[in-house]
Amino acid sequence: MNTLINGLCLGGIYALIALGYTMVYGIAKMLNFAHGDIIMVGAYAVYTTLALTGHTVPAVIVAVIVCTLLGVLTERVAYRPLRGASPLAVLITAIGVSYLLQSVSQLIFGAGTIPVSIGNWGTLELMGISISISSLLTLGLCVVIMVGLSLFITRTKAGTAMLAVSEDRAAASLMGINVNGIITLTFAIGSALAACASVFYLMQIPAVSPTLGAMPGIKAFTAAVIGGIGSIPGAMVGGILLGVIEKVCSSIPVLAPYTTAIEFGLLILILMVRPTGLMGKTRREKV
Amino acid sequence: MALLTVEDLEVSYGLIRAIRGVSFEVNKGEIVALIGANGAGKTTIMHSLCNLIPKAKGKVTYDGKDITHIPAHKLVPMGMAQVPEGRRIFCELTVAENLKMGAYTRSNKAEKEKTLEEIYARFPILKERSKQIAGTLSGGEQQMLAMSRALMSHPSLLLLDEPSMGLSPLYVNTIFDMITEINRSGTTVLLVEQNAKKALSVANRAYVLETGLIVREGTGEALLNDDAVIKAYLGG
Repeated sequence: MNTLINGLCLGGIYALIALGYTMVYGIAKMLNFAHGDIIMVGAYAVYTTLALTGHTVPAVIVAVIVCTLLGVLTERVAYRPLRGASPLAVLITAIGVSYLLQSVSQLIFGAGTIPVSIGNWGTLELMGISISISSLLTLGLCVVIMVGLSLFITRTKAGTAMLAVSEDRAAASLMGINVNGIITLTFAIGSALAACASVFYLMQIPAVSPTLGAMPGIKAFTAAVIGGIGSIPGAMVGGILLGVIEKVCSSIPVLAPYTTAIEFGLLILILMVRPTGLMGKTRREKV
Repeated sequence: MALLTVEDLEVSYGLIRAIRGVSFEVNKGEIVALIGANGAGKTTIMHSLCNLIPKAKGKVTYDGKDITHIPAHKLVPMGMAQVPEGRRIFCELTVAENLKMGAYTRSNKAEKEKTLEEIYARFPILKERSKQIAGTLSGGEQQMLAMSRALMSHPSLLLLDEPSMGLSPLYVNTIFDMITEINRSGTTVLLVEQNAKKALSVANRAYVLETGLIVREGTGEALLNDDAVIKAYLGG
């Protein structure tokens, strides 16, 4: 039971990060490999604010603001000049941005791992099992954020415009939709979700380092691909699936050493059966 | 009075000059047709007018304003809307959401609602299918939706790129009736068509395009009776 809750918790975190990958891929048509490092920056923002104020809430707010601005800035400075360039050039740029962010944090905070104390609110006894409050909080907030995002996409004009841009950029601009504006909005939302993920991630693994974003980044990217990259419900399902599998495997002694291998093995298996991912669209060729 | 003036427009794809100095104008209240064979550059002109592709040279004036370098999304609130070739409706959105996107730049809710009611009254099928995913509509219905979507922005000038392409003869007639009706209700129309006969029969004036140059112009009626045009485009 505890394993399942921990798995759902981790899955929620993966889903939040995967949403950033999948939304940027769907709307800007690029893989933002610097997305994992946005989480890392978010974690340092939490650490710094906690050290200065000692309170969790301002730390979360600062992390969200810093990540959102950083996401918008990287899009404006690094990716927008490459609009219309070959996908490979954009991909390499994203990897460059990733190294840049890691190096800058290393310059500021050093290469070492720094412990962060966040979310030590003890445990709750529920029907005979003890669950950490931070896990429950993570789970609850992940659900709230994902429902909120779904409502935003399906119920608001800006959300529908995001879907329109994702389907046909030129047609969207003929509707009067500012495509660059929608792409900026997408980066802002994706990065804000990454900031939330960084807070929840620190509650699970309470330490920051310049390479903190790499592993959750690559796992969430895997989750996005499993769910079908470009699909928002796919990212949610893929993230939760991967998180549960990871926690279940690592709780079984025989499987534990192979957890990561099993996760990536699952990716290969799913892609063999369904190359577009679980909820990905099979694109029909237009005649 | 000229609503749209195009002067000496040139468009290149790499080293190839697809449009080689084209000038034409559309007066307020008119239906103007650009006709020509496949590859003559009709769609290239339409795309470059809205800056979906860059112009190499030339000047475009709309309603007295220089719009040569104004991006597509800023032209819509100025009253210039385009229905692109191949319809390009949002196949994954519903019919109602497509129409909503058409009115993206309008803020007055009551006016938007009024335009929507007018469209639904004119095309009851769109109202019936408003909750349906647009990709499931038939080709003719999709064209109807694409044109209605553009009308949702309440344009003064409507650019129509190959509206009859790939449609059954029955729907071709419906679409051309719709064009006449849109024009009658006060919207100026610039029409690009391969179906020269149909286009000339509804157009006040027309230009004939051949490999990036305008080779003939005149009233729709005159061109319908022009021997060279009959020979080249009307299967005479």
